[in-house]
Amino acid sequence: MTARLLEGSEAIAEAMVAAGCRFFAGYPMTPFTEVLEHMARRLPEVGGVCMNAESELEAIGMAWGAAATGTPAATGSTGQGLSLMQESLAEITLARLPLVVLNMARAQGDYFQATRGGGHGDYRHIVLAPTDIPEAVELIQLAFHLAFTWRNPVLVFGDYYLAHTAQSVDVSPIDHGARDLAWALDGSSGGSGRAKLVSPLGGFKRKEQSGYNLADHYSTCADATANMIAGVKPLVETGFVDGAEVIVVAFGTPGRYVRAAVRGLRADGVPVGYVRPITLFPFPSEAVARACEGARHVAVYENNQGQMIDDVRLAVLGHAPVHFIGGLSLDSSGFGIAPDLDVQVLRARIEEVFAR
Amino acid sequence: MTEHEGINIVPTDQPPTHPATLVRDFTPDLIDVGTHHLCAGCGEPVAMRAAMEAVAELGVVQRTIGVFGIGCYTAFSNNLDVEVLQALHGRAPSLATGVKRAKPDTFVFTMQGDGDMVNEGLQEVIHAAARGENMTCIMLNNGVFGETGGHMTATTVIGQRTKNTLEGRNAADHGHPILLANILAGVDGSAYIARGAVNNAHNVALTKQMITAAFESQIAGRGFSFVEILTMCPTGWFIETGEAPDYLADNLAAVHQIGVLKDIARA
Repeated sequence: MTARLLEGSEAIAEAMVAAGCRFFAGYPMTPFTEVLEHMARRLPEVGGVCMNAESELEAIGMAWGAAATGTPAATGSTGQGLSLMQESLAEITLARLPLVVLNMARAQGDYFQATRGGGHGDYRHIVLAPTDIPEAVELIQLAFHLAFTWRNPVLVFGDYYLAHTAQSVDVSPIDHGARDLAWALDGSSGGSGRAKLVSPLGGFKRKEQSGYNLADHYSTCADATANMIAGVKPLVETGFVDGAEVIVVAFGTPGRYVRAAVRGLRADGVPVGYVRPITLFPFPSEAVARACEGARHVAVYENNQGQMIDDVRLAVLGHAPVHFIGGLSLDSSGFGIAPDLDVQVLRARIEEVFAR
Repeated sequence: MTEHEGINIVPTDQPPTHPATLVRDFTPDLIDVGTHHLCAGCGEPVAMRAAMEAVAELGVVQRTIGVFGIGCYTAFSNNLDVEVLQALHGRAPSLATGVKRAKPDTFVFTMQGDGDMVNEGLQEVIHAAARGENMTCIMLNNGVFGETGGHMTATTVIGQRTKNTLEGRNAADHGHPILLANILAGVDGSAYIARGAVNNAHNVALTKQMITAAFESQIAGRGFSFVEILTMCPTGWFIETGEAPDYLADNLAAVHQIGVLKDIARA
């Protein structure tokens, strides 16, 4: 396949189809709406199903049901809609099901929601944050692979820019290997004496265990989470870190502006570098720490009041002062179109930190 | 010990001389363990048995996926020899929709209570009915949150005492009961809607027929089918176990009336 000029939402939809996604459910909300529109058009063409759910609660419920049959499934919304889905997201993790969830976020205020989770219990989700459309196409396909590998929801953190800008992109399928579906439901184990049970309360059958053992199940899930955290390779982009006196950290769309600002400063002889976490969870702490080893100062840009900065501080562990150079930057609709996303603005803020 | 010629009367005023022996196990094949953890006099195991017998008799065992809500009946979700997907409280119809749409060849039923279906997740079942989802929802309606110990639900009838309506539910303070089967019968997309009960042998047989008809409706691809089953909850009703069947007839069934409310195959 050759590259095509696609709007981000369409590219994300095409990447889901390329990854084998055959079930999608959603409820319209900007800037997630166009992804739903494209899936409603595309999935029937490839034998899949797209459901216009009555609310976000049912959207994730439907995706949960489809996921339990081993069908590659996804849902999503903005952070607001994901708030409604948190109860199910927590339980789907305890039921150990693969699911891809899009957060086409408004600005970056959902970092904590994505990386800490707004649901109950001791669970974690893998979180991937693309900076542009080609990377989104890659990460969407990686998300399905990780979801099936770890049988755990994977969140893809996008935004208004990613959804509504266009870029030339190749959406060929990426081969991540076969998926194990031995656990999936299709009814066929009924009557065998060992009918399958997929439950956030565990898979214990009463005739074997005298009922549910939540202590055992939650311990099993905790082990699975620990294995996942240890097994998922943290992804990161770094640039100009050699000899950098200031390292700037940013994720998602702002990462591209920071990259350009740093490149410009370097061209003018100012020794600064940048780090862009691509996996927000597991956070690439070692890579961030390594990049910041020789730095006098670390600066963090986020389009929020400062959330990822906590993870940066935990990574740097006091070896350098960490400064916040971001802040809420919104349009009047609150969609996250940021006046701050201006290379000159960012350059000035980085220079201020450099002058300290 | 009383002597009666030809009649072996077991004395109950002293310990038995030998342990009880199992003459025959009447547990249906699809229920793993016949004894249940629910209270004595509970109607839910009877309804569960009727549903599992219908699954077996219709020959759909190897394509059945049951989607369970959260309530006392959840004790059966890990005690069946059909595949089960456990949902959150209130959310079984959306999960069942995902299962059925992703795998249309499966036979899908939900098992929920009145607190689960009518309180927590009412919009789910109404939208599923309106979409004509080709699946069957079963609602075990005892008019209380049994698992929490007897609290008012949306189907609790006027006058019924619960732990949070101690003097009995009254409309002024607590509103009116929602008659779910009646609502669903009025929704285009629903194919078969019935309300049964398990308070006597006749009603158990009738309810089994309703479940079978609902399942056959799904097998025939007619759309959404629904059976509401009135079940006894003597614990949550704060009455003697033996009084529960009559209490059901005199109170719940007087409001939630038994019968087939809609059957497009016979319309």
